[in-house]
Amino acid sequence: MIDGALIGAALWPALVNGLTMGAIYALIALGLTLIYGVLHIINFAHGSLLMVALYAVLVLFERLGLDPYAALVVLVPGMFALGYALQRFVINPARHGRDENTLLVTLGLSIVIENLASHFFKTDTRQIETAYTFMMVDVAGATIAMPRLLACVGALVSCLVLAVLMRYTDLGRAIRAVAREAQGARVVGIDVEHVFAMSFAIGLACLGAAACFLLPAYYVSPQVGHGFVLVAFTVVVLGGMGSFTGSLVGGLLVGVIESLGGLLLGESLGQIGVFVVFIAILLLRPSGLFGHKA
Amino acid sequence: MHPPQSNRSVTGMASSIEDSAPPGRGSFSRSARSGQPAAVTHLLGGTMRSVRVLGAIGIVLALAPLVLHSDFQLTFVTLALYSTLLGAAWNILGGFGGQYSFGHAVFFGLGAYVAAMLQVHAGVPAWIGLVAGVAAGAAAGAALGAISFRYGLRGSYFALVTLAMAEVFRIVANSVPFTGAGVGMMIELRTGLADLQFESRRGYYYLALVLALVALAVGSWVRHSRFGAALAAVRDNEDAARALGIDATRVKVAATALSGTLMAAGGVFYLQYFHYIDPSLVFGPSVSVEALLGPIVGGLGTVLGPLIGAFALALVSQIATHLLGEAPALSMALYGLILIVMVTFLPRGIGGLGKLVRLRARRGRDA
Repeated sequence: MIDGALIGAALWPALVNGLTMGAIYALIALGLTLIYGVLHIINFAHGSLLMVALYAVLVLFERLGLDPYAALVVLVPGMFALGYALQRFVINPARHGRDENTLLVTLGLSIVIENLASHFFKTDTRQIETAYTFMMVDVAGATIAMPRLLACVGALVSCLVLAVLMRYTDLGRAIRAVAREAQGARVVGIDVEHVFAMSFAIGLACLGAAACFLLPAYYVSPQVGHGFVLVAFTVVVLGGMGSFTGSLVGGLLVGVIESLGGLLLGESLGQIGVFVVFIAILLLRPSGLFGHKA
Repeated sequence: MHPPQSNRSVTGMASSIEDSAPPGRGSFSRSARSGQPAAVTHLLGGTMRSVRVLGAIGIVLALAPLVLHSDFQLTFVTLALYSTLLGAAWNILGGFGGQYSFGHAVFFGLGAYVAAMLQVHAGVPAWIGLVAGVAAGAAAGAALGAISFRYGLRGSYFALVTLAMAEVFRIVANSVPFTGAGVGMMIELRTGLADLQFESRRGYYYLALVLALVALAVGSWVRHSRFGAALAAVRDNEDAARALGIDATRVKVAATALSGTLMAAGGVFYLQYFHYIDPSLVFGPSVSVEALLGPIVGGLGTVLGPLIGAFALALVSQIATHLLGEAPALSMALYGLILIVMVTFLPRGIGGLGKLVRLRARRGRDA
């Protein structure tokens, strides 16, 4: 059995670590929830698209020596463009008015992306080493790696930027209008198809940003998206599909659950905590903690 | 067999539901147009036709080993039949029931693990393992269906929950000692009918054939039975079906249990064929994808869709291997591409191609 005192001492660092990871989860889930909130589709390829972004950061770093944080300038617009094209030319034509079709197409997309990645990058796990990789910071008694802290701050800033964008720009107003009532938005002259594609694009831009913050603190492999896709769904259903605040709180919560689960149940079995929360929330409170009734 | 009277009432109900359902998606569109007496003969005729078609396919495939001489050809058809079994299992819930599961590996893995644990830890012969594994699949299906549908999970949410369930089982199988954790389990090689292991490829061929035919026959029964009519009604418009007095939850739970039973048989076959399982092999997402891809390619909610889809996919992956060399990742990527293309351009699958051509032709004549 694990010593109680040992757990007590490890609790605070585990909590802080969970929160930093949770901020990244929140950013990833924010993209997912935006796509769901506006298009009412579940993007099953979210995890594999994050993987694509992570590899892009890796290649930029290894080939051009571009710092992961500087790669933001490339990744955010790049993923944005990819998202716009994907929604317009792949996902939308397959819908035929049924949500399940979108699920199947994005599943197909994730299979294609993941297997192409394993073909070209092989299945091994890769990391990058920067000047600040091994720097440690003390946060109120808990020592955490510098890249993790930066990732957390970066993710939170990105969330803030997105919130401002949604609240104060014309595009944000149009997106909110379409999310609320697509038909009405069309009547007042909003190009709904364009807004759909823009929302998907912004959702992927979030992934681009998340990848830049994540890679210095994490690793990349063709299967890395797997872990993230269910975690992101958990965050989204926990916070309530389509709810921004919900995603943020849900992300932090899931990060903590995962970290504490690992501490109490061990590395291997600890991952189960997130899934149990996921299943329980879907069954008992499908509208999430902050969502409106579905 | 039901007496004609009861059939009539079921068809009548289903065709009234048809009005509110998207055109052409229900199984009874033809009967709705031609009136009830015709519908009854159609229903019975459909059953007989399905039985005859399945019988003919069974005879052809049973005689096929006389022509298929090389081990390569025999293995090809064996694996396509195994894939048919998985697809037919998924099709019962996903095709006839309209509930898309992304985690059918749960049942597959449970079947495989229950059989393997009985064989390794208790030393029982494989056929008992098969019975127990299939029973576990049925129980798991009933349980999963009961929890999900009682709480009203629908559409994409159901897909996500099944996916998460498969992940939970994978993690558990990876962590506890009696499943051999990450190392997996290996069963002894003991050939014989009771042990479901065979010295020649033909033994496995016939095992796969029997299992696939049983699964297709179950699908045919679902398609033509009163239960299947209720299931189709729930799929096409659950609220209307409820209003007509169908216990929608019970129907869906039964479909999940039936589907889980057949899927578990697939898991046991996998175990006997490859002698080795580990958590990612049997609870991993590729099993779930294989199960759903066949029916989608062949024709969702049709009796022969899983068979057509499985053979078409086996052929495609064989050609891909031939052209691209041994690159398992690339042929898997091709599967993903096929999924996208099918959903986008041929939502009725290959089996629906004939119908599409007929429709086009008719439209051409009318114009």
